[in-house]
This record gives sequence, structure tokens and C-alpha cells, in this order.
Amino acid sequence: MAKIYVNGEAQEVTLPLNISELIKNNNVQQPEMVSVQVNEEFAERDEWDNIQLAEGDTVDFLYFMGGGSAL
Amino acid sequence: MIDLTEQQIERYSRHILLQDVGVEGQEKIMNARVLVVGAGGLGAPVSLYLAAAGIGRIGLVDADVVDLSNLQRQVIHFTRDVGIPKVESAKEKIQAINPDVQVDTYREFLDSSNALDIISQYDFIVDGTDNFPVKFLINDACVMAGKPFSHGGILRFHGQTFTHLPGTACYRCMFKEPPPAGAVPTCSQAGVLGAIAGMLGTIQAAETLKYFTGVGELLTNRLLTFDAKTMQFNNIKVRPRASCELCGEHPTIDHLIDYEQAACDLKHH
Ligand SMILES: [Zn+2]
Repeated sequence: MAKIYVNGEAQEVTLPLNISELIKNNNVQQPEMVSVQVNEEFAERDEWDNIQLAEGDTVDFLYFMGGGSAL
Repeated sequence: MIDLTEQQIERYSRHILLQDVGVEGQEKIMNARVLVVGAGGLGAPVSLYLAAAGIGRIGLVDADVVDLSNLQRQVIHFTRDVGIPKVESAKEKIQAINPDVQVDTYREFLDSSNALDIISQYDFIVDGTDNFPVKFLINDACVMAGKPFSHGGILRFHGQTFTHLPGTACYRCMFKEPPPAGAVPTCSQAGVLGAIAGMLGTIQAAETLKYFTGVGELLTNRLLTFDAKTMQFNNIKVRPRASCELCGEHPTIDHLIDYEQAACDLKHH
């Protein structure tokens, strides 16, 4: 088990774990509507399968949010 | 600089009393020119507070007319305004609140043909739009023109915002390009609690006033997100991305792009 931080909250995860798997584990409904940062660095979408997480990593999910006048 | 009249000193006394603002800060506010794109859920509270604060000139961009379904959150429009252009409805309220404010109305959609022209006439831009193509357009135009802006987005019970100054992280540093049109929530999946628009819009208005008065720390290089269901606010640190296609080391975007709108946005504009 390892401890990582997802949007500021600690999560216990089993390694090895890549970003695509973390997204699945966190039940992100629409992965195409999310941007990801690992340790405050932008993670390219086509690298999500290759980026392996490690103990203490911080991951941020940034969600697309539209809406203001019409929605 | 402006010499405040006695009436203005009274009107703005609660600003003037603030040590961080004072007469000097109030004069900066009164010399400011702000463009509000979208006179809707976010643009409404932004415009109302900026007008009340005494912003010298407010530009409003919106092509739509007021619809009955807008009134649940677009608090600058009243029941009697249904059917009239949003920019006209908003202008009337702004001038009723504060006749000192000069209002410019643009009853048109912001696109690649007019964005730079309109934006160039203002000191600060507020994104109060409802769709990703225009959010990217505002970001790109502001970065190209070296203009500061406030980004805002709301969905259901969530809101997010950041402030951009030249050199700080832009929207594309965080989100490279608009999501595929098919991924955007359909209207029936979307919706928003009206008060959320007020929560976010007032944050954007506060950022605008902070920018002109130089008070405190702006929401630069961080994305503020909140979930009104739990009232958890979260600051996510972001930074200018060296590989950003717009503001990075080797930018590839050198012109404004008109992305395709999701069908839902077109229907409900
Ligand atoms: Zn950028």
C-alpha cells in the first residue's frame, strides 16, 4: 500500500498504479472532461498509461466546467 | 485622476473607509474599464457589483435576449425584461444602480473576427460565458493582447475560477483544448443551482476590484474550485506550462480559433 494525495485528500492505493488506473478507481465519469497534474506538473493525456505513481505523490484532477449564461 | 464629488464620497464611503482602498483606490476603480463577456448567470452578479463599486466603464457582450428560464439565476434581468436584449436589460440596471458608470453594449457573439478589437478597449476582461469555444477564445485573445482576465465556470453545484495576468498560467496551461463536443454534458444532465452563479460571479467581481486597487493576492497560478454541496473550497496550484501551445516556450497558436459549439449551447443560448 502507498499513500497518495488526490485533490488534497489522502488515498491508500496499491502500486503499481498509473494515472489511467487511478482515474478508473476514482470513478471519474468522463475522463475526457478532466485534466491531470502530478506533483503540480501537467500530465499529457497520451501519457496517462505510462505515468506510474509513487508514495507521497500529489495528483490533481482539474475538471472542465462550462456554464454561466446558458447552462 | 478624478476629484470625487461630495456625493461620490458618500456613495463610496465603505470603500474609502477600507485602508487598503481609500480615496486613491476608489479613483483607480473609477478610471477602470472592464469588459464582461456574457450577461448571464455570472455576468449578472459581476456587472451589478462592478457597477455598484463605481467602475468607470463597463462593456457588455451578449447576443441573446432574456428568456424566462434565465431568471432563476441571471439576477440582473427582471420578469418584465423577457424578450429584450440582455445587454439592454443589463445596461438599464447598471445605470439605475450607478449613473456614473459608462456602459458599452455589444449585442453580438464574441468570435475570432471581433474579439481582439473589443478586448483591446478594456483593462480587464471577465469571462462569464457558458461554453468552451468562447472560453478558449477569451483566453487566447487576452494572452495575445497581454490583457488580464478572470475565468469562471459553473456546473450543477460546482464552480471554478482563476485570474490571469500576463506571464501567469493561462486556461490552456491547465486545459490544452476544448473537450470533444460529444463529451460536454447535455442540457438535461447539466443545470445549475442559481445561487452558485452568484457565489462565483461575486468572486470574479472581487478579483476585478482587487486587480485595480492592487489589494491582496490574486487567484493567479491557482485554480479555485468549490463544491457547494459540501461547501469545500479547494485551491489547486497550477503553473505556466512550458509546453503550452499558447503561452509556452514554443507557441504554435498564432491566431484565434472558432471552435465548434456543442449543440446544446446553440439551442439554449
Ligand atoms: Zn498557457
